[in-house]
Amino acid sequence: MIEVKHIRKSFDDKVVIKDVSAVMDTGKCNLIIGSSGSGKTVLMKCIVGLFSPDAGDVLYDGQDFTHMTTQEKKDMRRQIGMLFQGSALFDSMTVEENIMFPLDMFTNDTRGEKQKRVDEVLDRVHLTDAHKKFPAEISGGMKKRVGIARAIVLNPKYLFCDEPNSGLDPQTSLVIDKLIREITVDFNITTVVNTHDMNSVMEIGDKIIYMYQGEKEWEGSNKEIIFNNNEKLNSFIFASDFLHDAKDMRMLEMRGKISDDRNMDDLLNK
Amino acid sequence: MMFFNHFGKFLLMLRGMFTKPENHKMYWKELMHQCSELGIGSLGIVAVISVFIGAVSTVQTAYQLVSPIIPKETIAQIVRDTIILEFAPSLTCIVLAGVVGSKIASELGNMRVSEQIDALEIMGINTKAYLILPKILACLIMIPLLVILAMVLGIWGGRFAGEAANILSKETFDRGLLLEFVPYNVTFALTKAYTFAFIISGIPAYYGYNVQGGALEIGQASTRAVVTSCITILLADYALAALML
Repeated sequence: MIEVKHIRKSFDDKVVIKDVSAVMDTGKCNLIIGSSGSGKTVLMKCIVGLFSPDAGDVLYDGQDFTHMTTQEKKDMRRQIGMLFQGSALFDSMTVEENIMFPLDMFTNDTRGEKQKRVDEVLDRVHLTDAHKKFPAEISGGMKKRVGIARAIVLNPKYLFCDEPNSGLDPQTSLVIDKLIREITVDFNITTVVNTHDMNSVMEIGDKIIYMYQGEKEWEGSNKEIIFNNNEKLNSFIFASDFLHDAKDMRMLEMRGKISDDRNMDDLLNK
Repeated sequence: MMFFNHFGKFLLMLRGMFTKPENHKMYWKELMHQCSELGIGSLGIVAVISVFIGAVSTVQTAYQLVSPIIPKETIAQIVRDTIILEFAPSLTCIVLAGVVGSKIASELGNMRVSEQIDALEIMGINTKAYLILPKILACLIMIPLLVILAMVLGIWGGRFAGEAANILSKETFDRGLLLEFVPYNVTFALTKAYTFAFIISGIPAYYGYNVQGGALEIGQASTRAVVTSCITILLADYALAALML
């Protein structure tokens, strides 16, 4: 479990995060959503320690990460895996070497043991034929999967994903979402996903935190989001008329007022 | 004010490099990789420049020494001392500031922009120690060796050009080389080489590591790194000459 308490962060005179508190649960996909510039990436970077917050605390299973020494932070980070927006794979290394890098750096395993672990995680992310390829030779979706494989190779307790679906087609996005969900449940880890992809929100949003202009505006689950009454959140998630109508349809459907395909066609043709 | 701001950050970067390595073997591997990339990779350009500078030195020195009472050996003496004292350490390092400096700045800048440095930080790796220290150490190991090579090749180029242009024979050149040789000159040249090696690696590493933005900023950082390194080399060259000669 990760607890964020009264985090504030500003750059020069610009306040980016204003007193945000939240709890990210273990074994669940915790999503931070919000429009561009709402502060979700800065919040995530404060949580993982890439930015130092101006005020507030971040607690990993009760341990105060913000006030740890450099060495303690380094030790804690070995329990953290992160998938970056652009995957952040090392260009000069093959897929296999990218994943083996944390093992080389932090374990005393034999070459055979490391190879076995690499094969395991690549198999886990359904990528079995890219071992010897360089990042420049694989697709965006494959890069994301390699990024996930590298993030989980040391069996982290916490997984962070920054915009895992950016630049991916809807179908590949679903594959990545499914993978994140599977890994979270199978390894019982605390996963924090930064996204503005509404498919992800509905697919894997066990817990959703909506950020608006640096503040936490709403918190709930993917079951609750559709019925929320928050105007700002609704204008964010149902941005287009189509989605707005789809939401109305879904609500009507759930209330049992629509039961046949004809009414659905009427609404879609409106 | 800006200078002190950068200088302070530069010192903090250097201080940040000195922590216990997470894995000695991996750091050693990275050091060897950098020695190969930065040192062996620059062999060709250093060799070509040195040979031609030596050759040109001989021809131009002979052109200026027109008096018949000056022995031909003097040409070799002048070429030897010019190459050892100035051309091999300073000119080679100014060229290397362009070759090695831009490589270091753009490599680190690209890693910063594409979040590869953040990825290493998240793994719990001290990126200053893992990415910058091996580059500086590699330059401190390889650049003095390249300077020694530049001395040898420069003198050989001068010797070759002397005979090819029918200015002086190889035997005369060799006699001149041994006349009034001051070994301290080599010590001075190597002191310059170590100083310049630190400048060539440290300044571009600072600019590359602290890039913010995208491809445009990487290019700008690379240019700034090379320009600042070259100016610093020239200032250090003068300071060392004034202090040590």
